[in-house]
Amino acid sequence: MNRVRPFDHFVLILGTLFMVLPVAVAVMTSTHTAVEIHSHGLFLTPGGHGAETYATVLTRQGGFTGQVTGTRMMMNSLILGIGFAVGKIVLSMAAAYALVYFRFRFASFLFWIIFTTLLLPLEVRIMPSYQVMSDLGLLNSYTGLIVPLLASATGTFYFRQFFKSVPDELLEAARIDGAGPFKFLIDVLIPLSRTMMAAIFIIMFVYGWNQYLWPMLMTTEERFFTLMRGIKQILQVWVGSQIPDYNEAFALAILALAPPVLVVVVFQRWFIKGLTESDK
Amino acid sequence: MASIDISNVSKTYPGASAPSVSDINLSIRDGEFIVLVGPSGCGKSTLLRMVAGLEDITGGEVHIGDRLVNRVDPADRDIAMVFQNYALYPHMTVRENMAYGLKNRRTPATEIESRVAEAARMLELGPYLDRKPRALSGGQRQRVAMGRAVVRQPAAFLFDEPLSNLDAKLRVSMRGEIRRLQKRLGTTSLYVTHDQLEAMTLADRLVVLNAGRIEQVGAPLDIYHNPASTFVASFIGSPAMNLIDAEIRGSSLHIGATEVPLGSMQAAQGPVTAGIRAEDLQVTGHGLPFRVDFVEELGAQRLVHGHVEGQPLTLALTPDAALHDAFHLSIRPGALHLFDTRSGRRLPQPESGVFASRVLA
Repeated sequence: MNRVRPFDHFVLILGTLFMVLPVAVAVMTSTHTAVEIHSHGLFLTPGGHGAETYATVLTRQGGFTGQVTGTRMMMNSLILGIGFAVGKIVLSMAAAYALVYFRFRFASFLFWIIFTTLLLPLEVRIMPSYQVMSDLGLLNSYTGLIVPLLASATGTFYFRQFFKSVPDELLEAARIDGAGPFKFLIDVLIPLSRTMMAAIFIIMFVYGWNQYLWPMLMTTEERFFTLMRGIKQILQVWVGSQIPDYNEAFALAILALAPPVLVVVVFQRWFIKGLTESDK
Repeated sequence: MASIDISNVSKTYPGASAPSVSDINLSIRDGEFIVLVGPSGCGKSTLLRMVAGLEDITGGEVHIGDRLVNRVDPADRDIAMVFQNYALYPHMTVRENMAYGLKNRRTPATEIESRVAEAARMLELGPYLDRKPRALSGGQRQRVAMGRAVVRQPAAFLFDEPLSNLDAKLRVSMRGEIRRLQKRLGTTSLYVTHDQLEAMTLADRLVVLNAGRIEQVGAPLDIYHNPASTFVASFIGSPAMNLIDAEIRGSSLHIGATEVPLGSMQAAQGPVTAGIRAEDLQVTGHGLPFRVDFVEELGAQRLVHGHVEGQPLTLALTPDAALHDAFHLSIRPGALHLFDTRSGRRLPQPESGVFASRVLA
């Protein structure tokens, strides 16, 4: 079984190249100047201007009002990503807890209502959502950016399935041990869901981090710009004969790539555990 | 420690037409070890769970001590329960598992510590206190579950088939441990099992349940020797008691063409069910004609399965007894049980006599 199979390796290497090359090109190209890129195209070799490009991107007061730096955008994206992930976990866990452990009328009907919202992406309700946020005066605020997207059918579904797989005897043992509903959630369910939470955190963080349409609608002030919008902003300078700052766009793209990768690397052990096995 | 009184308790699940448990009356004395035994679906677990408070009582009353507990939360009933699948909290260490219930009751930390240490010593769990349940074997896990019950020092222990998940050998040794522990602590215990051997060996008194009703209550040997019905007779004892269709005419029992004299005139006449335990049959020169089908060797004993007058019968022999294809059997004096064929209830028993049977010409 341990025979080396050249063809297998060939396929794996090909796959790896396919995934890694675009990133490598972006990294390499971002270390050249805009002029070089404009005249020579993309690079696969490092250039000498990496440090200054990244420094510029992170600190230059850009945009129309000159209020927003790369660092600022990164922070906004992080707030959005973490806010999304944490908010969605808390909300969907609470919803799933209610659905699984409390007997109330129409519980399964409610669950299926929640579940069908999976079929309705944000874009379908984007106008009414905007209207609501606008009426509440939450445009241009982090609350307005995060809260309307917190309800998560996916998360509720995952947690519901997980809670259902927790043996009933655990609940009964806890009841006999004198743990009320809240204590049971805090002392038993949440510790048991750790891997599950890690998995959902990754998915939702990336989802929040990559939001583009919603932040664009909700925020008009540049201090709320996220990295996703920043990248586009850089390329939008077709004024006169100015060359777009390709290098900066690439640098920003790399910066936008880093945190989700970091999150995945940190959480991946739990992520895999959460999706494949349960801690029982 | 307390007595438990169960009076007229029934349970009907919503939407069910018939009650799962009906009209149970049982009073358990302080310190007694009661085993509820019966086939699956007979309502024994439901009854236990009603005592625990995990299941609503739809009729009747349960008293623990002198307190009516029908509407009392499980946590406040002063009981501890051991579950079949242990139900240990997987993310807590053995120590935390045992301490959790006490912590929720705001027991002082020093008190918790000494009780856990005491329970760990009693159950030989000392070296495992800081391990997670997943690092323990099945027997150890069940001991932790028992430890969790013991540290609470409850009025009563409730056991819900605690040994069913263990392998046969471990089951026997854990059985002994449970008995020893209960004797030592003197805590009133209610124990549910479907294993009649477990029931026989553990119980002070046995409660045999069938289809949600009590068939018989009594000391294990009482039930073994005087089963109240064919159900109890076939359920308690291994191998199961032989039940044979027979007929009483005058003062003798007719099994097919064989006549067994009963010594005196019988009150019951006509068809009856005759119950004979496998070990109460003796090989004789003449008597019930028995044809051998197959033999099960158990080492200390040999079970011979066969037919008598076309009806299946099992016979227990010592391993050194000679085997033939056919035997003649007689019933040991006083070991014949008679049951009503239709209701299955026990009939007045014939006085003990020698039932040397003879084949009618």
